[in-house]
Amino acid sequence: MNKLMSSLSSIAPLALRRGLIGAAVAGALVLAGGLAPASAQEHGGTKPHRESWSFAGPFGKYDRAQLQRGFQVFKEVCSSCHSAHLLAFRNLAQPGGPQFSEEQAKVVAEGYQIQDGPNDAGDMFDRPGRLSDHWPSPFPNEQAARASNGGAYPPDFSTLAKARTYEVGFPGFLIDIFTQYQEQGPDYIHALLNGYVDPPEGVTVPEGAHYNAYFPGHAIKMPQPISADQVTYTDGTPQTVDQYSRDVTAFMMWVAEPHLEARKRIGFQVMVFLIIFAGLLYFTKKKVWKAVHDH
Amino acid sequence: MSGHATFEPKNPALKWFESRLPLVGLIHSSFVAYPTPRNLNYWWTFGGILSLMLVCQIVSGVVLVMHYTPHVTLAFDSVEHIMRDVSYGWLIRYIHANGASMFFIAVYIHMFRGLYYGSYKAPREVLWILGCIIYLLMMATAFMGYVLPWGQMSFWGATVITNLFSAFPVVGPTIVEWLWGGFAVDNPTLNRFFSLHYLLPFMIAGVVVLHVWALHVVGQNNPTGVEPKTPKDTVPFTPYATIKDSLGMVVFLIFFSWFLFYIPNYLGHADNYIPANPLVTPAHIVPEWYYLPFYAMLRAIPSKLGGVLTMFSAIIVLFFVPWLDTSKVRSGVYRPLFKQFFWIWVAVCIGLGWLGAKPAEGGYIIAGRILTFWYFAHFLIILPLLGLFEKPKAVPASITESVLGKKGSAPASVGAQAPQTKG
Repeated sequence: MNKLMSSLSSIAPLALRRGLIGAAVAGALVLAGGLAPASAQEHGGTKPHRESWSFAGPFGKYDRAQLQRGFQVFKEVCSSCHSAHLLAFRNLAQPGGPQFSEEQAKVVAEGYQIQDGPNDAGDMFDRPGRLSDHWPSPFPNEQAARASNGGAYPPDFSTLAKARTYEVGFPGFLIDIFTQYQEQGPDYIHALLNGYVDPPEGVTVPEGAHYNAYFPGHAIKMPQPISADQVTYTDGTPQTVDQYSRDVTAFMMWVAEPHLEARKRIGFQVMVFLIIFAGLLYFTKKKVWKAVHDH
Repeated sequence: MSGHATFEPKNPALKWFESRLPLVGLIHSSFVAYPTPRNLNYWWTFGGILSLMLVCQIVSGVVLVMHYTPHVTLAFDSVEHIMRDVSYGWLIRYIHANGASMFFIAVYIHMFRGLYYGSYKAPREVLWILGCIIYLLMMATAFMGYVLPWGQMSFWGATVITNLFSAFPVVGPTIVEWLWGGFAVDNPTLNRFFSLHYLLPFMIAGVVVLHVWALHVVGQNNPTGVEPKTPKDTVPFTPYATIKDSLGMVVFLIFFSWFLFYIPNYLGHADNYIPANPLVTPAHIVPEWYYLPFYAMLRAIPSKLGGVLTMFSAIIVLFFVPWLDTSKVRSGVYRPLFKQFFWIWVAVCIGLGWLGAKPAEGGYIIAGRILTFWYFAHFLIILPLLGLFEKPKAVPASITESVLGKKGSAPASVGAQAPQTKG
């Protein structure tokens, strides 16, 4: 039902889409017990569309080329306002990530000036970045970031892809256990980046804010952050807002969960082991208990 | 019941040791020779599963502490340091975080099993009460553990829950300040929660020892609720219970692994990946799923103090179940009415859990009040009255009769919920 709803929503115009989902959600809640106050759905924005991500599912892996493109978008666009203080330059060359070569990661690091010190004279000094350095933040502190961004604080990217979600509702949240759906954050971020549309009739957006179909409350301080052809890809990938947002979202997911690939790989090994072990135990148990069952 | 050690060491060194401290004999009599009813179904494997989870939580927790920093400015990043830089740190932390949920899933099944089969009835009242104490300690431990990553939900969950104590007249505000170690949830709160989070699991382990001791004095209940009468009614713990428990544990680990490796953040809150910020309140402050039924009760009552008292009473009432249930028949299998009310009550608990995650408004509040009333009515009205009015079915004369009488026929009600308990 979710799939159907989302494919419907992707072709329907925005107003109709909101109506459809609202009706479907209300319907589901009525089925669930007839308790739904009409206001329950009003709190959030529109439900994001469930995208297909390479890192989803039990055998999910990051797409290296996508992470490298996403990194490029982050570096050239996002990082001018957003920090990612838990990301170290060395991470860029680690397995399971964009897997730049160590040389490439060093070149990236050296492109930044990092404050170090104090030196023997007691002075702080700037030096080129090293692999062990963390990604430098664009603003010295939160206040400076707010002052430059109309009072809003651009959130840090370190865990952002895991820190955003939307309400799935009943019974979808139970189905998600079986389908292993864990991509609420990426779906929301992708939707948000593509959610800059004209406000519907009669909706006024406060001064300094922008209308976004997916942002809770719909008034977001971040202006549309990226437009087509803003970043030049060298591998022929289409330079559209949708493609940029997919790539940078995948990159953000990796920044938030750098060991996802190892987790899923080890998980499969553990599962195979446990299932075989359980099978052996089952037959052993049957054999052990056989004597008791008969008398 | 536990019988005396039939353990006769042959090895002279062991003989020497046993005559001074009969440790191996104790283990032998408790986990090898110990007679267990022959008709236990798979719901009885959750005791072993819970022991496994306790060990799992303590071991993973001890390793986490080696890398964690309990300070408001460092805690969040130190957890992320574990997730990123510590070898297999992501695995250890996800084991610990999901393990807490698995611990609660197992304990809820264990408690439901006890309630269904009347495992709290004489002579097992103390055994039951010790279990309730373990449950209380688990709730306190899990609550404080959830505060340690110092994310938004950690901070605001701690704020909401500690503030509950301010509802008590006169002493309330003083208690809250004492809990906080200041005038708001802050570094002293984090430090003491960390200290207590490390302490309480060992208290749980201590009460578990008492729980197992009490179990070995009175013996295990079983699906018929009939006490073992002849040696034919029981089988030795090893190999019978050992192998069955092992299978239960491994199947449970498969379930655990599904969450751990594939949806490790499913049971948590996205907001807890945002560092704690006392100036920004999350849109919905929601506790962990295992507290949700109680949270729903708290919010269903219009007065704050009333809500707090209701919430605590919901757990306290469990301590009195052995005396609230007036039925002479122990197992729910032979109680046709009780059986139905039991499942209604399970549905009520799940319904309360669902409501706990919903905003406290409109129809949700009304539903919350109805279900809260039913939760208490089950213990305070239904259980006492059922024992007086219900006509139980005939109880088998012995465990062996219940097992062999059914032989060859279709699986009957005793093990209906459990796989592979064909007598």
